[in-house]
Amino acid sequence: MQTNAVEINDLTVSYRYKPVLWDIDLDIPEGVLMAIVGPNGAGKSTLIKTILGIVKPVAGSIKIYGKPYHQNRSKVAYVPQRGTVDWDFPTTVLDVVLMGTYGKLGWIKRPGKKQKEKSLAALKEVKMHDFANRQISQLSGGQQQRVFLARALVQDAQIYFMDEPLQGVDAVTEKAVINILKELKNENKTVVVVHHDLSTVPDYFDWVTFLNVRRIASGKVMTVFNDANLEKTYGSSFRTLKGYTTA
Amino acid sequence: MEFIDFFIDLFTDYTTRTIGIGTAILGIVSGVLGSYAVLRQQSLLGDAISHATLPGIAIAFLIIGTKSTAFFFLGAAVAGWAGTMWIRGIVQNTRIKSDSALGLVLSVFFGFGMVLLTFIQKMPNANQAGLETFLFGQAATLIHTDVILMAIIGAFSLFAVILLWKEFKILTFDPQYAATLGFNTKLLDIILIFIIVLAIVLGLQAVGVVLMSAMLLAPAAAARQWTDSLSIMILLAALFGALAGLTGTAISSAAMNLSTGPVIVLVSIAFVFISFMFAPNRGLLFREIRKQANKKEMRMNHVLENMYWIALGHENLQHPHSNAILNKTLGYSKKCMRELRDKHLIELNEDYDWNLTEKGIKRAKEVYTDNNKNEQQ
Repeated sequence: MQTNAVEINDLTVSYRYKPVLWDIDLDIPEGVLMAIVGPNGAGKSTLIKTILGIVKPVAGSIKIYGKPYHQNRSKVAYVPQRGTVDWDFPTTVLDVVLMGTYGKLGWIKRPGKKQKEKSLAALKEVKMHDFANRQISQLSGGQQQRVFLARALVQDAQIYFMDEPLQGVDAVTEKAVINILKELKNENKTVVVVHHDLSTVPDYFDWVTFLNVRRIASGKVMTVFNDANLEKTYGSSFRTLKGYTTA
Repeated sequence: MEFIDFFIDLFTDYTTRTIGIGTAILGIVSGVLGSYAVLRQQSLLGDAISHATLPGIAIAFLIIGTKSTAFFFLGAAVAGWAGTMWIRGIVQNTRIKSDSALGLVLSVFFGFGMVLLTFIQKMPNANQAGLETFLFGQAATLIHTDVILMAIIGAFSLFAVILLWKEFKILTFDPQYAATLGFNTKLLDIILIFIIVLAIVLGLQAVGVVLMSAMLLAPAAAARQWTDSLSIMILLAALFGALAGLTGTAISSAAMNLSTGPVIVLVSIAFVFISFMFAPNRGLLFREIRKQANKKEMRMNHVLENMYWIALGHENLQHPHSNAILNKTLGYSKKCMRELRDKHLIELNEDYDWNLTEKGIKRAKEVYTDNNKNEQQ
């Protein structure tokens, strides 16, 4: 019997009066590398934000390893879209990665030598160790993404939620991100990625959820990544989406 | 009068010294808290809060019937706080955007404060005189006990910033992420705004309701230009704020009894101007110099690359080029050729033709391979 890392029941979220997510039921099994795909406005980011407690749902329940999120926070790490922060903020790469340790430190306590070493190791994993003391304003988009990824890695979690980590990044970053996703999977961690590029879904992921306000389908890429589900999610226009391939 | 004479009063005259210390404390605290306001892109919030304090001062006076700094601080803080919470409520619960909410609350509170002030002025109470100085501030009214009160409130604010350093940093940089880590960002936000309100209240007596937001923003905006480190930015903002307070006090006491508050604000604006012009990296002057240097280097690289390319064709890297040929090169000018020669990258042979030196060949090769690598990508 496989355990579920995340269990979502009857989840409904709305901004003002417009429903963004409607009656979502979704189980995410432990150890999968899952892509969430769907058109713009399908509620992909909202789903992640609701799981993480940033957005409050109208109805429904979300469980992380059987408990509400606020009781199981330390098992979860988050990589937000990199455009959500001001990269002109006066700080260094290492300082941003250190923020990943703040949660376990709790209030008032400052990061020390141990946290610093951990952060430097995470920077090495994303091939950014030469940039530790660099100002974050000097980074390229791909480098920013890798810094955010390193920050999530130092959280030392069981489940990783990533909001479009491959959006508009260079080839080096894409490769670095994918390698880390595979490594996390080898360690039996669960990874949930909001993803845009349909053509890479079968290569990068083993599990996929189709979302368009409602849950369209969810399961192994081999079984559910097909034309029928793509059409249900994107409408008949999905064929024009560049270079899609189905399993 | 010598420049130094301006500052002598600060050391010799008791009244001036008291005012100087008071405005310096104000400068430090508003510089530190202003840094957060600037980085959180909430610059206008300070203006709304300071205007919102006015009815608080008037109501405090109506309740106790006499002038008391401590009660005025209390009244101002309560009103400023109420205004801020109102703004938050409007933004969270309606479709009104934050700039409109700020403007709305600012004018409602300030208008109400003005009505109360005129009402108080009509009252048959000798104590009411001078309440209107809170509009533009009157540093001359600062006395020893006021300064002690300011020091206590200031120390409390700075202590909170040091204690919650890591929390305020992550709240400012990435509040949503901070919330996922388990920090109560609503509470943190309220604590930070509360301290900003305190900083503003500190300045009302000396700088006044109308100009106080400049004290919050100017030192912080100036400090941002000089550094890319949060801690250094905050220290610099405190320093600029303190210097503005001291210099403003000195100038206004030495020269023609100019009103201290506005002079302090002008001095801190001068810091902003100097910082935006002359700061390395971010300053306008520095950026212009760098732009020109880049252009010059680009021109020189073009010439070197072209000479190298032609020389490759002649299978002699030191192939001499006539001016007539090089003339057609992008970036060629007599000045450019002179500068290349001065850097010993090219030399003139006996036929007055140019050829690359050993050093020049090395450099030209680098440029050439660099550019062609880029084209391949």
